[in-house]
Amino acid sequence: MGVAYEPVIGLEIHVELKTNTKIFCGCPMEFGGEANSHVCPVCLGFPGALPVLNKQVVEYAVRAGLALNCEIAPYSRFDRKSYFYPDLSTAYQISQYFFPICKGGYLEIEVNGEKKKIRLNRVHLEEDAGKLLHSGSSITTSDYSLADYNRGGTGLIEIVSEPDLRSAEEARIFLEQLHAVIEYTGVSDVKMEQGSLRCDANISLRPVGSTKLGTKTEIKNMNSFKSLERAVEYEIARQREVLEDGGVIIQETRGWDDSKGLTASMRTKEEANDYRYFPDPDLLPIVLEPQWIEEIKASLPELPTAKKDRFINELGLSQYDAGILTSSRDLAKFFEETVALYNEPKVIANWLMGEFLSLLNANNLEIQESKVTPQQMATLLKTLNKGEISGKIAKTVFSEMFASGKDSATIIKEKGLVQISDEGALTALIEKILAANPKSVEDYRGGKKNALGFLVGQVMKETKGQANPGMVNKLLQEKLN
Amino acid sequence: MSALLGLTAHELQKLLRKKEISSGDLVKEQLHKIKQVEGEINAFITIAEKEALRKAQNVDKKRSRGEELSPLAGIPMALSDNFLTEGIRTTGASKMLENFIPPYSATVVEKLQAAETVLLGKCNLEEMGLGATTENSLFGSTHNPHDLQAVPGGACGGAAAAVAAEEAVFALGTDTGGDLRQPASFCGVIGFKPTYGTVSRYGIISGASSLDQAGPLTRDMTDCALVMNVISGHDPLDSLSVAPNNAKDYTSFLVNDIKGLKIGIPKEYLEGVDPEIIAWLQQAAAKLEELGAHCEEVSLPYRDAVLSTYQIIAAAEGSTNLARFDGVRYGFRAEGEDLDTFYKKTRGQGFGAEVKKNIILGTYVLSAERYETYYLQALKVRTLIKEELEKKLQDYDCLLLPTTSTVAFNFSDERAKALAGETAVLTCPANLAGIPALSLPWGRVKDRPVGMQFLGRAFAEETLFRIGFALEQKTNLTRLSPKGKGVC
Repeated sequence: MGVAYEPVIGLEIHVELKTNTKIFCGCPMEFGGEANSHVCPVCLGFPGALPVLNKQVVEYAVRAGLALNCEIAPYSRFDRKSYFYPDLSTAYQISQYFFPICKGGYLEIEVNGEKKKIRLNRVHLEEDAGKLLHSGSSITTSDYSLADYNRGGTGLIEIVSEPDLRSAEEARIFLEQLHAVIEYTGVSDVKMEQGSLRCDANISLRPVGSTKLGTKTEIKNMNSFKSLERAVEYEIARQREVLEDGGVIIQETRGWDDSKGLTASMRTKEEANDYRYFPDPDLLPIVLEPQWIEEIKASLPELPTAKKDRFINELGLSQYDAGILTSSRDLAKFFEETVALYNEPKVIANWLMGEFLSLLNANNLEIQESKVTPQQMATLLKTLNKGEISGKIAKTVFSEMFASGKDSATIIKEKGLVQISDEGALTALIEKILAANPKSVEDYRGGKKNALGFLVGQVMKETKGQANPGMVNKLLQEKLN
Repeated sequence: MSALLGLTAHELQKLLRKKEISSGDLVKEQLHKIKQVEGEINAFITIAEKEALRKAQNVDKKRSRGEELSPLAGIPMALSDNFLTEGIRTTGASKMLENFIPPYSATVVEKLQAAETVLLGKCNLEEMGLGATTENSLFGSTHNPHDLQAVPGGACGGAAAAVAAEEAVFALGTDTGGDLRQPASFCGVIGFKPTYGTVSRYGIISGASSLDQAGPLTRDMTDCALVMNVISGHDPLDSLSVAPNNAKDYTSFLVNDIKGLKIGIPKEYLEGVDPEIIAWLQQAAAKLEELGAHCEEVSLPYRDAVLSTYQIIAAAEGSTNLARFDGVRYGFRAEGEDLDTFYKKTRGQGFGAEVKKNIILGTYVLSAERYETYYLQALKVRTLIKEELEKKLQDYDCLLLPTTSTVAFNFSDERAKALAGETAVLTCPANLAGIPALSLPWGRVKDRPVGMQFLGRAFAEETLFRIGFALEQKTNLTRLSPKGKGVC
């Protein structure tokens, strides 16, 4: 009989901190820009150049650590992690190995309606490396590679989870939740596709019931939530197959290939570097005042879980709706600002999650990049509520608002989209329609009640959808009966 | 030869102020002297003739306009070639940086420029500052001006020789484990290593980050104080530099009064020291007593742990500091068919044997399996050594010991060379503890200079300056001109 295996998964997440300048020098932190335009002797690793710690980086790490329920270390320190690679200008990365700035912590996730606490091991500070542009597909197969150190020296936090995740889905949900929390704290852009949030996964399998960890592999190169889920799923299946065939898992680093949908070996444990960690003698330890930590704590915004609970309990939203609306700080902000102007949370939630999100997705935009403001949104929904326009027209108006940024009133006026609720005008029009469709009138009077729908449609067609559908119904029935 | 070139900076400044000489003429004479003796001394790697003359003229113009100038304005000086100088080649005496023109200057270089000093050139040293004889330089050995057969010491042998041979009025060197004091002693000039953090390390090729400290090589204590006034102080670019409110006027420490000072002579450190140097030490102690200080023997038993502790820490830090020289962004690069070969060839051909030895040792003591046994252990012992010194310096104002266990030895003396590393036991404690140390010329043995060393409490440079100044005023043993010897 076959053994049942349980996957054990831990994640390591690198988050680029959105500070004004780099972690150890005064170079500006700007994305893009000409290659090697945001560099100086320090981040280029010139002889004699020395690192000086950016205070904002420390503040951001503490902010993230507090949001992740970590213990903030009163004493932490930087270490050198030595290895040679052309994107690492000093041939050692300044990181925190022995004394990280944040210890422990946890993140609560919800899987199939059940809450689960995922423990964190640590959050530590380090510097990012530059970027290499290979003439071929990799450094080993290229004639030459170009090095750009603009990103080199960017402040990062590395968040290391405990191996508490048990499925690919849990891993994805954890990462989504982590993404939301970090986004709320404002310390990073957390854009996976741009690399400001990067995730590696450690995966092993063990027989169900066993408490011993199996041999793990580390999976790299996932650049979306979906690819993390797929990669973990693939790797679990691969390891299960190896074990079921009586094989052993080799401890190694594997790369996820999103287009092929598989992981492939990058290097084995034997090929791994000895990083020779030791305290960086160019930097002083970080000693934090409890008072400062308290100040940062007091400045934290309401975090996703708390906000979600409030949306459910106070605004009456469903679990699902509250979950989606709080998944991004800006979406939640837009929602709350709209609710403040028009107190119909459910209506607003439906509009945001329906029309708004689909238009954003179709145009590949973030909510803060859209031209529509909460004021405009609230005004549109009020107009709809008063019956001045129909739901269908409202959708047309909204897509025009989305495209042009104009107010709903302006669009309604310019396009003459005001709902026709004038009884006299509608009666005249209905009489004209009835005269033109004697067959339908006969059918209705003969008991075929669905002929009414056709006649309503004709009126709407004639008015380009602007007729008040309720009134059309009422007036038509009065005429026919 | 002009009598000008044996003078100190403050003596020359008087003549400059009275307009009896111009900086331009002084620099010309200095450059002439360099050309005359360099063939035998080889103290310089690069001579910045054009830049020096331009700068001197510039200072002269300012002076003629009546501008207020610093006490070192117009004074010709030299820098060890591990200080980065924007636009002027900086080699670290290594093939790795043979043609490296820095895009920026070290903080201390900028300070010296702001004080209107005139940079004559860059001095020879051990490759990347590693060694004690200045023989491991890409640019050949420097010779001791007091005897061309003798080594000048190292790592900053070129800078010390330049000051001794009157090729520069003063120079700056760096001191990781005695690299400034030992050549100062061998060449008969003053070498001062300040308290760690007093002088910015920014823009100086790193040796061992927690031990490195730059300092002056001068002919007398007044010059030493004047140079310290310029180069010391807070630098926002060096995280370990002193606080902004730490500014001191070192000339105020030039007080000819050492009455009541308590001076300890650590007996363990006299083991293996040339008896003739011990005799000079006793003579120095007698002189100090005569001037009102009180000298007595003290015990510092951790002496035996000093060298291995120093070697492990210096190699560990140094090995990673040297990792940036990989041929990717600047400096020497060899062609390689793949990345690994490129690295191996670049570093294999770019570094000399002494540097490689240091990298291998440092890599070994930091490796995962050796970290605790070697590196971590060395850190702990360093704390003990530091505490032992600090404790002793609570009871005594300073400690007196020789700078070296022998005088400068001959290039051909393989046995002495093999022992050169061991003599560092006398200079390393100051670096391990981060405390200030002064090497003062004190007589000769077999016609070669002897140096006495004074170690003080952290940031209590004042004591060392008072002692140096008092001895200088009351004896003629501290000015050891090589005139009539060597080449001068």
